[in-house]
Amino acid sequence: MLRLPSFDYLQPKTLREALKMKQEAGAVGMYVAGGTDLYPNMKRRHQEPKVVISLAAIRALRRITGGTRGSALSVGAGVTLTELRRHRRIRSRYAAVAKSAELISTPILQNMGTLGGNLCLDTRCNYYNQGYEWRKSINFCMKKDGDICWVAPSSPRCWAICSSDLAPVAVAMGADFTLVGPQGERVVPASRFYHDDGINYLTKQPDEILTDMRLPATNGWDAVYWKLRRRGSFDFPVLGVAAWIRWEGSRAAEARIVLGAVASHPLEVATAADAIVGTELDDDAIGAAADAAYKPSKPMDNTDFGLAWRKHMTREYVKGALKELRERVRRAGMGR
Amino acid sequence: MANRKPPPRAKAHVGLVVNGEPTEVSFAPHKTLLEVLREDLDLTGTKHGCELGECGTCAVLVDGQPVLSCLVLGLACEGHEVRTVEGMRDGPDLHPLQQAFAELGAAQCGYCTPGFLLTAEALLRHNPSPSREEIKHALAGNLCRCTGYIKIYEAVELAAARIRGEHAEPAREAVYGRE
Amino acid sequence: MDGSKGRKDGKLAGRKGSDQPSREAGFRVVGTPRWKVDAAAKVTGETLFADDLFLPRMLYARILRSTEPHARIRSVDTSRAEAIPGVKAVLTGAALPIPFGILPVSQDEHALVPDKVRFVGDPVAAVAAISEEIATSAVDAIHVEYEPLDTIGSIEEAVDTIEPRIHDYGPLGNFHKLIDLEFGDVDEALAAAEHVREDLYFYEGNTHLAMEQHAALAEWSADEKLTLWSATQTPHYVHRALSKVLAIPAAHIRVIACPNGGGFGGKSDPFSHEIVVAKLAMLTGRPVKITLTREEVFYCHRGRHPTLMWVKTGVSHDGTIRGMHFRTLLDGGAYGSYGVASTYYTGALQTVTYQVDRYRFQGARVFTNKAPCGPKRGHGTPQPRFALEIHMDKIAEDLGMDPADLRLQHLAPAGSLTANYLSIGSMGLRACIHKVTEGARWKDRFRKLPHGKGIGLACSSYISGAGVAIYWNNMPHSGVQLKCDRSGGVTVFCGSTDIGQGSDSILAYIAAEVLGIEPLDIRVVTADTDLTPVDLGSYSSRVTLMTGNAALQAAERARDLIARAASKKLNVSRDRLVFADRRVFDAEDPERGSSFAEAVQLAEAEFGTVGTVGSYTPPNSAGRYRGAGVGPSPAYSYSAAVVEVEVDPDTGTVLVPKIWIAHDVGRSINPINVIGQVEGSVYMGLGEALMEEMAYRSNRNLVHKIPSLLEYKSPTTLEMSDVVTYLIEDPDPNGPFGAKEVGQGPLLPIPPAIANAVYDAVGVRIDEVPITPEKVLKALKQKAAGLEPRFGPKSFPVIPWPEPIRIPPPWEGGDGRAAAAEAAGSGGRAGRAAAAASPFLEERQH
Repeated sequence: MLRLPSFDYLQPKTLREALKMKQEAGAVGMYVAGGTDLYPNMKRRHQEPKVVISLAAIRALRRITGGTRGSALSVGAGVTLTELRRHRRIRSRYAAVAKSAELISTPILQNMGTLGGNLCLDTRCNYYNQGYEWRKSINFCMKKDGDICWVAPSSPRCWAICSSDLAPVAVAMGADFTLVGPQGERVVPASRFYHDDGINYLTKQPDEILTDMRLPATNGWDAVYWKLRRRGSFDFPVLGVAAWIRWEGSRAAEARIVLGAVASHPLEVATAADAIVGTELDDDAIGAAADAAYKPSKPMDNTDFGLAWRKHMTREYVKGALKELRERVRRAGMGR
Repeated sequence: MANRKPPPRAKAHVGLVVNGEPTEVSFAPHKTLLEVLREDLDLTGTKHGCELGECGTCAVLVDGQPVLSCLVLGLACEGHEVRTVEGMRDGPDLHPLQQAFAELGAAQCGYCTPGFLLTAEALLRHNPSPSREEIKHALAGNLCRCTGYIKIYEAVELAAARIRGEHAEPAREAVYGRE
Repeated sequence: MDGSKGRKDGKLAGRKGSDQPSREAGFRVVGTPRWKVDAAAKVTGETLFADDLFLPRMLYARILRSTEPHARIRSVDTSRAEAIPGVKAVLTGAALPIPFGILPVSQDEHALVPDKVRFVGDPVAAVAAISEEIATSAVDAIHVEYEPLDTIGSIEEAVDTIEPRIHDYGPLGNFHKLIDLEFGDVDEALAAAEHVREDLYFYEGNTHLAMEQHAALAEWSADEKLTLWSATQTPHYVHRALSKVLAIPAAHIRVIACPNGGGFGGKSDPFSHEIVVAKLAMLTGRPVKITLTREEVFYCHRGRHPTLMWVKTGVSHDGTIRGMHFRTLLDGGAYGSYGVASTYYTGALQTVTYQVDRYRFQGARVFTNKAPCGPKRGHGTPQPRFALEIHMDKIAEDLGMDPADLRLQHLAPAGSLTANYLSIGSMGLRACIHKVTEGARWKDRFRKLPHGKGIGLACSSYISGAGVAIYWNNMPHSGVQLKCDRSGGVTVFCGSTDIGQGSDSILAYIAAEVLGIEPLDIRVVTADTDLTPVDLGSYSSRVTLMTGNAALQAAERARDLIARAASKKLNVSRDRLVFADRRVFDAEDPERGSSFAEAVQLAEAEFGTVGTVGSYTPPNSAGRYRGAGVGPSPAYSYSAAVVEVEVDPDTGTVLVPKIWIAHDVGRSINPINVIGQVEGSVYMGLGEALMEEMAYRSNRNLVHKIPSLLEYKSPTTLEMSDVVTYLIEDPDPNGPFGAKEVGQGPLLPIPPAIANAVYDAVGVRIDEVPITPEKVLKALKQKAAGLEPRFGPKSFPVIPWPEPIRIPPPWEGGDGRAAAAEAAGSGGRAGRAAAAASPFLEERQH
């Protein structure tokens, strides 16, 4: 059976304690929340911490506050995906967040995995998420133990993809993340939390802890998340489409369209958003947005399905997501 | 190859509640709950199919919630309540789910069965009358290669009805096929 | 609670009555839904699978596997591994030089490869240590130097590459096997036919993916006896392989097959790790266990052969099949395994569903540097069935016929001999087709549903055990010993292995039926080479029929003994004695009788210890030509399925909301478990049809692309279709109580029925599995562009076929022998003739 390597396991009760433990452990220390990403990776020797610092017992990370009319919603990074998808306020007012949590992995893993864990999910690649012996067979890859990115061997960078379902939603909604580190607290917009690099994919420093996600108050905006994968469960996204629109009446006043799983970071496609701003999301506008999103969507040979189909599906899913938003605003309009 | 030195790392000593009984157990700190249950507590009813969180076979309940024991550290269970398939029987009586699985042949090879039973038990605890769709969604994190899941759904429905106090029997079609 | 009734007598409450056929036939146990004998253990977690065993002082083994797809081993340096504290033994290929393999004709595997690795995952070295962690570190510390060789990654490359050869045997180059059998002049039939259709199909490889990873535990006793517990479907063959490779007498080896956590054919070969732990136990004097990782299970594989197929059929206007020419080309992977049998199976069963006047089969298997293929549920027949059933659909369209009618009008008759000399017994396909077409409202909906929705039909047949053993012998295929205790308890001993299909229960049900006791009165002891008589194993869907017949014979002999004694005591003639309700009594005066236990005591007093034996040998097959050993079966099951699909024309996504399936099982011994097998087969067929795939990176050292449960896509609850199951009972004279197989056959119609339904939905032909959205969308785009609305293979390579063996079909004066020259040596006694027909021995006969 596949086992974990040996390490020391620490269970701090407070953020301060956790930071101190990490400082003492240095580079060989790593934080863990639900463990559903880190432990499989450790079993396959992607990450080899000697000290694992669990954030599970830190109560401050489990709070959900605000989100009532006119106030921002703050969700602690330690909130589990199950809590996230079942939370009444989140379901009603931030449905895209609940929806994307519900689409992550499996119901059992949702009991374990956390918001913070999914937002910080290690980038994934079919050349990387493999056992040690397998990776040895291809002489490893640059993300771990090797020199080359097998997805694009002539490229100097790693093309592992952002496989988080919540990250595109957070970027589309304009979320802010709070990070706490030895130097104190800082707030980073979700859009600047990620790098387009498979190895160095987070702007978070290793000793910083993501403590919460703040979502803007609901005031006339709406968002949806569409996830493409082979099966209805287990699978990471091979494409995610998060779409956000601030409505003025039935007209889109502002919009963001963010693609997941087509780059090492959530890919915001401004040209796609521009195509719908000012429109009532007629079919032509939606088509133009889908075309605009199609262009920069460059799936690589690093996950399930063929590249051409995944690219094709960008268009289909952007259309689908925008049509869903249009239907919702129309229904809301009729109900008014 | 002789080695007379004791192992370099001391074992962790942990107290937890397993199947309702306060339990103390010592193990190497990196061991998962799966390994601790099977190797240190002799509870081999919990099986494993990948050890990477990709199949649901090793599901157990921690504080009533299904989790994958291959991705939970034994150390993290200190003070928590763990329930395995061995704890499902009530004295000599089978749990209604176990009973229904046996009646309907929902356990073929039986290897994924403990994980399904515990996941289903957690479902029925907070939803005593799940629809077929709700059962499918609740069990979407457990893979079974033998049954095609159908007998499992039927067993969960049968058990749910009996837990609700209904006098339920397997449907004729489930037992003999469609006329 | 209510169901406790079920627990006491093992059968379901409230199901008595005369509303099922078996009741009408007068059975008490057969045909009634009831618990399996291991049901309670399975649902409580008490069943001990191989990895659940722990022995005192047990060591853990790990195997180092090749990281090269094709390379000579220059050196293996184990010194660093040996120096690690806690390591107790390190093995390399030099320690296990004797080759093995499941078929006598392909003894091409080594427990640890001594000289040349043939795929990424080939076992190279092994370690036993006091913990699995230490064993893993030790394996890491072994250094292997490889000298890479050119690789062969595909069927086409194998056909084109003469050198290097992956193996130094086989007809030439990288061909492992070439077959050419002709039953009547097919070219002539095609030339004369009113319509001829030619098609190409491809069936991708896929794997069993049993949830249990293979595990084995070996113990070497101080008196030099070996015990191996293993997750194997074939303890008898493992027993033979251990004796051969370890060079110790088989009588000193005990193999115990633990209940398998799923098999599906994936645990049917003797495996490297089984031999390795045995050797490590011998070297260390301590028990040694190994549990493979999921990745290693992918390397054990032995799954579905990727198969390219070409078929050309000539029909009359009414659809009568005048001649069929079928070619298959199998990617065997790196070793022989069951491959010779698999290759024959791709050509064997085309004739048992629809009458074929003349038939020619050409089959070839090649070696490639990938995990070895072998038998997976349906062994060698899902591929040609996929091709044939789509081909029939296309022919029906060509002829302007309804595909259901085309099939119904040309069914192979019950009790007939096919062109290739297979003896069909009972044949319930007509009833199967009627059931599913009525259930699915076929006539109302076929070609009538809106664009994007469709239904498709396919049929199939499968063997209930093979007519010829894997190694030539004239002993029974299955044996049962039955012990009647004076307590009234009965123990049935049989070498069969329960892999979840319920074979242990079949033994109990049948013995209980005959002896008039309850299945739960019976203890079943199985799959232990020390304790149980040989059964060849859980493969070929042979177990219910063969062990069932053996159990039936043993139980009838016991009943006869008991009846003789009871008849004296009760003063009732033997033919009036009834065994029922745990009693033996006078049919005409039920009060006059004794309990079963008392009757056993009478028999024991009269005859001594009451023990009987039963055995089963399949009937000789009608074919007498070389290769005739694959295909014959005591009985053929039949299935028909209608599948409903929804295809999204914008994305190519295929959903399968509902499947209707009817299966002719001959007789349900326990209908609830028959339905379970049907549903499970449908599930596996669905996965193969839509998403499962053994994919390799041809450009990256031929590694398996996705050796994990996450990326190898097994359908979840959310992909599984609703299934309506109809059981057809057309009892077969060769089956116990008429029973035929059910474990494999119902998989077969699912992939072609889905392909046919996709065509009905959106008008494109997907002539290969898996039917992925990419392929559907490509075909739709081609259709939109006015090109061929199809996705599938475009050509079949030129193969150096051998001179065909020509066997005239029965209706052209044939007697099952090859014409003229090939007939030499096949004229002897039946036994010798059967040996000549066995395809697994021919290399030795040359």
